Amino acid sequence: MRVLLSWLRDFAPVEGDPARIGDQLSDLGLAVEQISMLGEGLDGIVVARVLDLRPHPDADRIQLVDVDAGDGEALQVCCGAFNMSVGDLVPLATLGTVMPGGMEIARRKLRGEWSNGMLCSPTEIGMGDDAEGILLLDGGLSPGASLTEALDLRPDVLYDLEVNPNRPDAMSVAGVARDLAARQGVPFALPEPDVAESGDGAAGRVSVAILDPDLCGRFGLRVLDGVSVGTSPRWLANRLNALGQRPINSVVDASNYVMLELGQPNHTYDLGRVAGGAFRIRRAVEGETIETLDGVERTLTAADGVIADGDDVAIGIAGIMGGANTEIDAGTTSVALEMAWWDPMTIATSARRLGLRSEASARFERGCDPEVVELAMRRFAELLTPTGATLAPDLVDARGNLPARETIRLRTDRVNAILGTDLDRDRIAEVLKSIEFGAEPAGEDLDVDIPSFRPDSSTEIDVIEEVARVHGYGRIERTVPRSTLTGHLTPYQVDRRTVRSTMAGLGLDEVMPVPFLAPGDLEAAGLASDGIAVTNPLVAEESVMRASLRPGILKTLAYNASHRLTGLGLFEVGHVYRQPASEQPLPDEREHLAVALAGHEAGDAVAVWSALADALAARDYSLVAEAVPGLHPSRTARIDVAGTLVGHVGEVDPGVLEAYEVGERVAWLEVDLDTLLALPHGDKPYAGFSRYPSSDIDLAFEVDEGTPADAVRHCLRESAGDLLVDLSLFDVYRGDAVGEGRRSLAFALRLQASDRTLTDAEVAELRQRCIDAVQGSLPATLRG
Amino acid sequence: MDLDLDAHLTTAEAAVADAVDLDALAIVDTELLGRKSALATVRSRLGDMDPDDRKVVGRRVNEVRTEVERLISERRAELAVGARAEVLEAERLDLTEFDRGRRLGHRHVVTQTWERLEDLFVGMGYTVAEGPEIEDEWHNFGALNFPLGHPARDMYDTLYVEYGEPQSTLLRTHTSPVQIRVMEEQEPPIYSIMPGRVFRSDTADATHMPVFHQIEGLVVDRGITFGDLAGTLDAFTTAYFGSEFTSRLRPSYFPFTEPSAEFDIRRPDGSWLELAGCGMVHPEVLRSCGLDPEDWSGFAFGFGLDRLALMRHGIDDLRELFRNDHRFLGQF
Repeated sequence: MRVLLSWLRDFAPVEGDPARIGDQLSDLGLAVEQISMLGEGLDGIVVARVLDLRPHPDADRIQLVDVDAGDGEALQVCCGAFNMSVGDLVPLATLGTVMPGGMEIARRKLRGEWSNGMLCSPTEIGMGDDAEGILLLDGGLSPGASLTEALDLRPDVLYDLEVNPNRPDAMSVAGVARDLAARQGVPFALPEPDVAESGDGAAGRVSVAILDPDLCGRFGLRVLDGVSVGTSPRWLANRLNALGQRPINSVVDASNYVMLELGQPNHTYDLGRVAGGAFRIRRAVEGETIETLDGVERTLTAADGVIADGDDVAIGIAGIMGGANTEIDAGTTSVALEMAWWDPMTIATSARRLGLRSEASARFERGCDPEVVELAMRRFAELLTPTGATLAPDLVDARGNLPARETIRLRTDRVNAILGTDLDRDRIAEVLKSIEFGAEPAGEDLDVDIPSFRPDSSTEIDVIEEVARVHGYGRIERTVPRSTLTGHLTPYQVDRRTVRSTMAGLGLDEVMPVPFLAPGDLEAAGLASDGIAVTNPLVAEESVMRASLRPGILKTLAYNASHRLTGLGLFEVGHVYRQPASEQPLPDEREHLAVALAGHEAGDAVAVWSALADALAARDYSLVAEAVPGLHPSRTARIDVAGTLVGHVGEVDPGVLEAYEVGERVAWLEVDLDTLLALPHGDKPYAGFSRYPSSDIDLAFEVDEGTPADAVRHCLRESAGDLLVDLSLFDVYRGDAVGEGRRSLAFALRLQASDRTLTDAEVAELRQRCIDAVQGSLPATLRG
Repeated sequence: MDLDLDAHLTTAEAAVADAVDLDALAIVDTELLGRKSALATVRSRLGDMDPDDRKVVGRRVNEVRTEVERLISERRAELAVGARAEVLEAERLDLTEFDRGRRLGHRHVVTQTWERLEDLFVGMGYTVAEGPEIEDEWHNFGALNFPLGHPARDMYDTLYVEYGEPQSTLLRTHTSPVQIRVMEEQEPPIYSIMPGRVFRSDTADATHMPVFHQIEGLVVDRGITFGDLAGTLDAFTTAYFGSEFTSRLRPSYFPFTEPSAEFDIRRPDGSWLELAGCGMVHPEVLRSCGLDPEDWSGFAFGFGLDRLALMRHGIDDLRELFRNDHRFLGQF
């Protein structure tokens, strides 16, 4: 919503410099997005007549314009707009003019052609939103005249306000003035329109029947006679321009002016074309059609409201747009002026469905003031009086169901308990009265009557908000509550930090791809195709929710590789979303960790896993070879912790890499953190260690490729028992010294007893026991 | 007697000094103090001397021997230092050869900001709550005082997913549903923050992403006031941005809070920046969660987490956070 300072002053003598007034508006909840000083810097701009237009010899987007700036001479100007014709009057910024934006107009060459000034668009001189074309001026002006004088442009301040959806009253200049006047403590009044009534009363000429009282809370009609469609006076056109409403003709302009000033949208019908002068307010019949003012044939549903005439033919869509069949034209003399209160939900639904959201529908949706109708109608008539229009006596008015406005008991204690203030009853009453809320003492408390222009206010807390707003948020004393709790992270959150810092410590960088995938991404990564679909995606590439972190990371690798960034080690911690195994209210959503090591083989991913297991102290885990779709069939293992599957480690399937256009091998680890961190891990009781000397033995076994190292490890651990304090695989050998398809696994064992020094005989016996166990249970032989 | 002990000492001094390395010194040591040395010979003959001479000569022999031993020991120490220095010199390394930019990985700048904010609020006595990113309509809207068809739902460009009844399940548009879950599951007092990922149907540009992060806060206790909200956010401003930043609250509108406010911070250059939405928890929201608004009151606030990350590091395009270019990731 935009407001002009001069317009605000029609209602209240607001004071102060423009910036301070802006701060006050923001502090009232009418956030100032921009303050523009209008009518400044326009002194050097004059009216000029276009004498000739010709192409620039060396530029397509500029043309050469000769103008007469009052001296009858042709002055050449280069111009980037093409909307004018020879004979048009246009604003010319003469040499030396400093434009409102600070740019100084100088004589300069554009691609070899001289430009002796600048022709101005409406935006450049603060007269509207059109920045594309040059402002075309009325034919009656004389070349050479000062633009500010010719157009009666006066210095003014324009505020662009962000109005919250709960403030329909602030969708009008008067409403903004009311709030500002309350803040400044100056009087506010809506001036009484100065308009005489004459001619035949409206009562015998029009009639209203509200057939659906839920649709229409009030429908008021007045009749104006002697209406001729002409041009609006300059001051009115200037105000509309400033507020972003292009002037069209005197009737349309008056309509817009009243809406902007008082917040009441309205519509005029050519009364001669309304059958029987009857207005029947009803829901549309499913499939009913109407040609609207914009010439489009529209099909309605039973959710829309219509205004129908005496023949029950629709002549307008309620609150949205009038019908072409009753449009005012040059032949119109008498008009019926409608001002109504429509059900906000109906208007919101219709406007959205029909794609016809307008200044009017925005106001109806938020809830208009049903009681401003009479004043607004007379204001409309007042604006048209100078054109010879007269207002017929009688307001023809019908009411349907309007929201009830109940008296609200406002507890003084409650106000202070919510706000942390120490306001007394009378101060609260004073605050409320300043914005026209009724406030009568009721013991220690107040009985509050809500004004008709504040439909958003209907409960005690709503009124408390008004007290806070008008009193001033900034005046409420700031306190900090003492939490009676101990702040902490959950064990899961602490562990997740450990996961991230471990990954970073291993040299991996954390990525955060968007969790949306394209159709087919899951399948291309070897995953099930039943990802959760987005109903209304912005683009097809973002229409499926990820069921694994794999596709996102592979895309990230491909993106980086396309910028010659290869060999990356990346990790991600994020949610994945899956169809649940059994029916449940929400999808199966869990947090995963994924690691990708580009240019590395599976073993390096295993190393990342063992580091993670160490960091989390997840001791009881095992890796078991398993073929998993999307991962390398012979280089993947499932990870079980305490017998429960938590993830997979290995390499991404080369076919998947091809599909994702990743040119390197990718070692891969993906772990379900929700599962893993719920399994036993973390601190365990301290175990003392022996003070007696230890003995080391090395054992190398030749095994086939099908026998996992883990099996040998397991067997050694079993047979050495409690005396084994450390076991490590320190060498793997493949080559001529062992057979084809076989390898040698060399283990170092440290043996130690807690209560004595082991004798050579004991060590020798243990060694033999280990050898026998491995050779006896596995296809393995000791290497000599 | 055969040996002039004083002369011998002089000779010995010279021999010790002339030993160029530890090997040469070992030979000198043997020559001067060994079993076949001149001193040993004199000593072996002491028994043949008369008692008076023996006493005098014996003392002198011992003095000379001690002196020679001292000389050798000193020279040995001297030579050892030199020898070690040589060995160490031979081991000289150019350490700049080894500075090959070994790097740690980097946690994402959003994660870093997220954890920094968590730490700050944990320090103020808050816990950290999380919830699902795919939410039901009730937790995202209904319980937050957005009845079906409420125009305020239009403020959120919601992405729905195909799950259950049409429009029953959605990508949460804010982390506020976690507030509802906390209030449903936990008795007050509640002092919690809710960081998390949220979604809107926004086309990506420098300031919008369909996916971004928020951090909300919720306090529900007895006697919580709007002044508490203002004070808490002011304390946050000082803690996160520094004492040269100040804050203000401006009236605003959200269906789930009343009074509602925008939270702005004032930068040292005097300009204001809108940072968060906040307000007193709406009585209807408390009722939705089974709390009596006459007994309990509370406040809630919500920040854009990504925006705080961008501000801190002077990043000018939100999309960079999600593009995952390695040249970006490695900078934080």
